Amino acid sequence: MKKLVKITSIATPFGQANVDTDIIMPSEYLKTTKRTGLGIHAFESVRYDADGNLTGEAVFDQAQYADSEILVAGDNFGCGSSREHAPWAIDDLGYRVIIAPSFADIFNGNCFKNGILTIALPQEQVDQLIEDGENLSPITIDLERQVVERGNKESFSFDYNPVQKNMLMNGLDEIGVTLQNSADIDAFEARQRAEQPWLYRD
Amino acid sequence: MAQTLYDKIWERHLVTDRGDGVALIYIDRHLTHEVTTPQAYDGLRAAGRKLRRTDAVIAVPDHNVPTKDRHLENPSKTSAEQLEALEANSKEFGVEYIPMDDIRQGIVHVIGPEQGITQPGVTLVCGDSHTATHGAFGALAFGIGTSEIEHVFATQTLQLKKSKAMKVDVQGALQAGVTAKDLVLHIIGLIGTAGGTGHVIEFSGKAITALSMEGRMTVCNMAIEAGARAGLIAPDEKTYSYLKGRPQSPRADQWDAALKVWDTLYSDPDAQFDTVVTVEAADVPPTITWGTSPEDTVAVTGVVPSVESFDDVNKQKAVVKSLDYMGLVAGTAVTDIPVDRVFIGSCTNSRIEDLRAAASIIKGKKIAGHIIAALVVPGSGLVKKQAEDEGLDQVFLDAGFEWRDPGCSMCLGMNPDIAGVGERVASTSNRNFVGRQGTGARTHLVSPEMAAAAAIAGKFVDVREI
Repeated sequence: MKKLVKITSIATPFGQANVDTDIIMPSEYLKTTKRTGLGIHAFESVRYDADGNLTGEAVFDQAQYADSEILVAGDNFGCGSSREHAPWAIDDLGYRVIIAPSFADIFNGNCFKNGILTIALPQEQVDQLIEDGENLSPITIDLERQVVERGNKESFSFDYNPVQKNMLMNGLDEIGVTLQNSADIDAFEARQRAEQPWLYRD
Repeated sequence: MAQTLYDKIWERHLVTDRGDGVALIYIDRHLTHEVTTPQAYDGLRAAGRKLRRTDAVIAVPDHNVPTKDRHLENPSKTSAEQLEALEANSKEFGVEYIPMDDIRQGIVHVIGPEQGITQPGVTLVCGDSHTATHGAFGALAFGIGTSEIEHVFATQTLQLKKSKAMKVDVQGALQAGVTAKDLVLHIIGLIGTAGGTGHVIEFSGKAITALSMEGRMTVCNMAIEAGARAGLIAPDEKTYSYLKGRPQSPRADQWDAALKVWDTLYSDPDAQFDTVVTVEAADVPPTITWGTSPEDTVAVTGVVPSVESFDDVNKQKAVVKSLDYMGLVAGTAVTDIPVDRVFIGSCTNSRIEDLRAAASIIKGKKIAGHIIAALVVPGSGLVKKQAEDEGLDQVFLDAGFEWRDPGCSMCLGMNPDIAGVGERVASTSNRNFVGRQGTGARTHLVSPEMAAAAAIAGKFVDVREI
């Protein structure tokens, strides 16, 4: 997992509520063998016209947001299907952080598993961050202090699970954390192999 | 303290308890297929990690494989790439791979038991929600996402929160002509698609123990459609005799020791379940779905329900949409619904017993003239071979069915076997979702017997009257 400590960028404002994972990543692209390269189809219905041409009008394709690493989104973001292709696509668009009033459960978990920080803030604060994005005023996410800084304007603090915070800040993914218990896994296997040798083929 | 079967399997696989409600659980068996694994292998490569236990993993292509003309190029380039990736990744990481032309190839949930990979008391995962199937052997088996596949590859464990325990007790005996499929559809209709959410369901009672292993697999397979993480049935003599002598079953010199372990796998008589549901087997009719959710069930003797017959406002809205999608009018008798296509197959109903049952209905008869296609897709090459040895293929072919090669086929629209817009399918699969069998296709879930009878009559019929 990529380390995430502090990120400063102009935020992409995309405040629509109930954006589901079918919008984020349409099902016809699930037959891929990659978790990269999905960004080109991300938010397809928002970005392309009926003939499949990129309109360039969506925020994701506007030059001023090309280097944006922070997505400010609407309520219940990521609802619907559990496809992990949705956070993969968002990652591929270059986003490290998503801020929204709330997130769908499975999507939220999938984001974390892919190193994307999701921050839930009250709607009125999210509205101000959308304005910051529209005004091209950069914001800073400081995970250690759990705060969103807005230049000389009011900062917003946010809650985050301490175990997951540690994992994100140190670039530890779930596998990395589990591997800290390698000795326990070794011991389990040694015991099980002695008791039930038929479960082992080598 | 008295324990459920789920408690026992959980406790025996506990590596360490993190203390914050999450435990590290050891995974004994990992089945893989082409759709959900490529990104997990990429993750291993990117992190420079090894696959911890190659002997615990098996790979087989099933979702995207064509079920005919396999010697030709795959009609879908993306499918072909996924299939090639499975083979290449399996070889690179040292996983046993069963190729498409191997007689053992088939639907991952059919070959697990067939090869003796599925055993009582093991933890078994696969990147597919119908992994619940393997619970029929008293294994704790559930579907996982791609990040979790990678986690199991690298660590042979998962970080899990324990589910609640539900018991579905099926008392008495099923009527003649009523199958395991009818029973599980009836149960889902009873408790709803969210009825088992957050739970592992243990199925018990006389009607469950009376089922064959194939029937038990059909029941556990659809536990996921009731919202449950997994289904479980305690192992017994039938389980043992099914497993004896299979390629990965305990060898003869290990058999008695294995039995000693397996004999402890049952819920203690006074074990506490969070939820208990009781079903009278005699009340279960041949059952069919009318809508676009597996809970939309009705007896074959019944009629398509009206919107007003549901109390919940949200359900009413869903029913309006379902009836429209399905092209059905409330009050229509089930036996007046015509059928355009028939599909006998899928991880729910593609085993030898299912094929025998369907063949017994159609023997000496012909499918109705207006049926566009009737497919029989055996669950594995071995099932196909056995059926052919018994002459079942000829029974199907004589009746006008197509006899295909093993795969997921019409269960989901990821391969060439799909239905057209507005076409109505009598299907032995597990999901009647909108578009599941092709854009605009209308799915009715039924037992193999009901599907076979519908093919002959060209409409749904009560198999008890045949």
